[in-house]
Amino acid sequence: MSGTFVGMPAFPEAAREALTDSQLRHNLAHATSTIRAKRAKVVAEVPDWEELRLAGAAVKERALLDLETQLVRLEETLTANGATVHWARDAAEANAIVAGIAKAHAATEVVKVKSMVTQEIGLNEALAEEGIAAWETDLAELIVQLGDDLPSHILVPAIHRNRAEIRDIFRSKMGAAGRPAPDDLTDEPAVLAAAAREHLREKFLRAKVGVSGANFAVAETGTLVVVESEGNGRMCLTLPEVLVSVVGIEKVVSRWEDLDPMLRLLPRSSTGERMNPYTSMWSGIAPGDGPQEVHVVLLDNGRTRALADEVGRQALRCIRCSACLNVCPVYERTGGHAYGSVYPGPIGAILNPLLKGVGHDEQTDSLPYASTLCGACFEVCPVRIDIPSVLVDQRAQVVDAHRGGVPKPEAMAMKGAAYVLGRSRRLSAVERLTGIGMRFARRFGPTAWTGARDLPDAPGESFRDWWLRTDGGRTDGGRNDDQKG
Amino acid sequence: MRVALMVTCINDALYPSTGQAVVRLLRRLGVEVEFPQAQTCCGQPMVNTGYLDEAVPVLRTFVDAFAGYDAVVTPSGSCAGSARHQHSIVAGRSGDEALQEAVAKLAPNVYELSEFLVDVLGVTDVGAYYPHRVTYHPTCHSLRMLGVGNRPQRLLEAVRGIRLVDLPGADQCCGFGGTFAVKNADTSIAMGADKARHIRETGAEIVVAGDNSCLTHIGGVLSRQRSGVRTVHLAEILASTEDSAVAEVTR
Repeated sequence: MSGTFVGMPAFPEAAREALTDSQLRHNLAHATSTIRAKRAKVVAEVPDWEELRLAGAAVKERALLDLETQLVRLEETLTANGATVHWARDAAEANAIVAGIAKAHAATEVVKVKSMVTQEIGLNEALAEEGIAAWETDLAELIVQLGDDLPSHILVPAIHRNRAEIRDIFRSKMGAAGRPAPDDLTDEPAVLAAAAREHLREKFLRAKVGVSGANFAVAETGTLVVVESEGNGRMCLTLPEVLVSVVGIEKVVSRWEDLDPMLRLLPRSSTGERMNPYTSMWSGIAPGDGPQEVHVVLLDNGRTRALADEVGRQALRCIRCSACLNVCPVYERTGGHAYGSVYPGPIGAILNPLLKGVGHDEQTDSLPYASTLCGACFEVCPVRIDIPSVLVDQRAQVVDAHRGGVPKPEAMAMKGAAYVLGRSRRLSAVERLTGIGMRFARRFGPTAWTGARDLPDAPGESFRDWWLRTDGGRTDGGRNDDQKG
Repeated sequence: MRVALMVTCINDALYPSTGQAVVRLLRRLGVEVEFPQAQTCCGQPMVNTGYLDEAVPVLRTFVDAFAGYDAVVTPSGSCAGSARHQHSIVAGRSGDEALQEAVAKLAPNVYELSEFLVDVLGVTDVGAYYPHRVTYHPTCHSLRMLGVGNRPQRLLEAVRGIRLVDLPGADQCCGFGGTFAVKNADTSIAMGADKARHIRETGAEIVVAGDNSCLTHIGGVLSRQRSGVRTVHLAEILASTEDSAVAEVTR
């Protein structure tokens, strides 16, 4: 698998391929069940968790409903704090801004804090085209980058890899990217982490430019917040002379105290930790301390499109905790690559169509259907995004986008069903053919249903016919007499 | 109290014995249900596949069939969830205010069977007898959309003769998901196979659930595996008595 999601097949096909990878299935089942249990345990410790979820949803909702004001305020406070604010409508604009800043400092490399938004815009690839190497410094992102692989999870992007595979990647690929892995590298997690630490340390010390995203941006104070677990982020945010942060416009919160519920919700929902290990906050430039040139790129890239969607806009509340991925039975089986995006799982199944719009490509249109609507995602979402309802609404938008053209077999079947189910006498007539239909289906197998599932036997008569014949079971309808005779 | 049975399209066509069990059970508990013959389907197959316009005529039929009843009881968590949580979306789509009003009035009166028994009739011991080793699969829509909680388990625990065994990973989806089962057949089957494995691990003879749609999928996988485990709807266990058990053996 190469380093791009472009050209991925629609979900059902991509999932079919992923399902045949037994190593992947094993890695995912193990990893997701472990993190699920960890989250459940620490969430259960919080007596007012449901109130906290409501508070978290309210914080984001307030900012989103007043987004224009909040963003202008954020620009003012950031600027007053010495930061330079850039606005980017799309990925190309954002990438050009970051590349321009790096070039202005004659930088040939940048160090990166783990960031979803820079993956969304393909920043590393765009910088590479300009001759600038972008080094991922998060351990799992490093594994993905060295393996010329793609992230398959928001929080643990190398969740599809086990430690033996990671050892192989480090041994074969680290040398070409900098300090090589030691010859006696084992697959012990501590040994692997030590090798990564040595490898990354020289990059931190050398880099002139750091690149980050942000988990939150506080409009009131002009403060950006990065939440991470390894300390690599702290290095990237403090050691380079120049810091560029790409921030989706939905990351803004209004007030400083809004961080309170968010910083309590996020670690428990994501890593299953009570408190986040490294929470870095910076408000522009601190004279004589840390980067002395600070840029913030505020990115739209489809977010205003999502905001205009009355049902779907709640997806912009997402704080990228990935709790929904870890509980999703579909994600657990297929892994993240099948979703064809840096945003996989249930949130990806709604966020990608919302950001890109539906009706343009088959891959995006397939995502809202990549769910059984079991509702486990909504149950764990720390900001109460009703993912199943958004999925259903997105499905309606996919169908509506294709109305008017040549109807697909599914559309014709649904129209037929609507006709039959519109009147009970029509349904009754069709039900009398059920037995024939089932025999037909069996003979014509294997179909999508009968490939690995048997069909039930059709009953002799429908419930409604039974009710009419027996007066709702009050009489035997003459059948017993017949049998006795 | 006028009570209507919403049997659901799948039970009507494929599982009439489930509908009959509800009638028998409720009659035993002193409730004479009516069966409005005009009923067809709740429209969920269209709604969950994205065909909202196509769901509108189905919703009209639903409302015409059930308007005026004090309670509408259905042996399906999924269809009850559709009526309670999705009909307002379809009505909104129609732009028909009368339909929206009718839905707002009707939706809260729709009860899944275990809700109706426990909350409306106030019973958990329905006088059933079922001498089998049984494991219960809580279906997703009953669990998360309706929030039936442990009502089904409480009803099952009160059944005489039953041996209830816990299902590992019970709250994990079976992989049915309506049209998901065919649109994403491979993933659906992968999930169904894991569910079937957990069911077999319990050593149960029977897996019970409150939705025959999920049981069609689970049962289809179990049957293909020649597992020997049967699927039975909750209503049929609750309707069983000593007499019907004898009748089953001697039939």
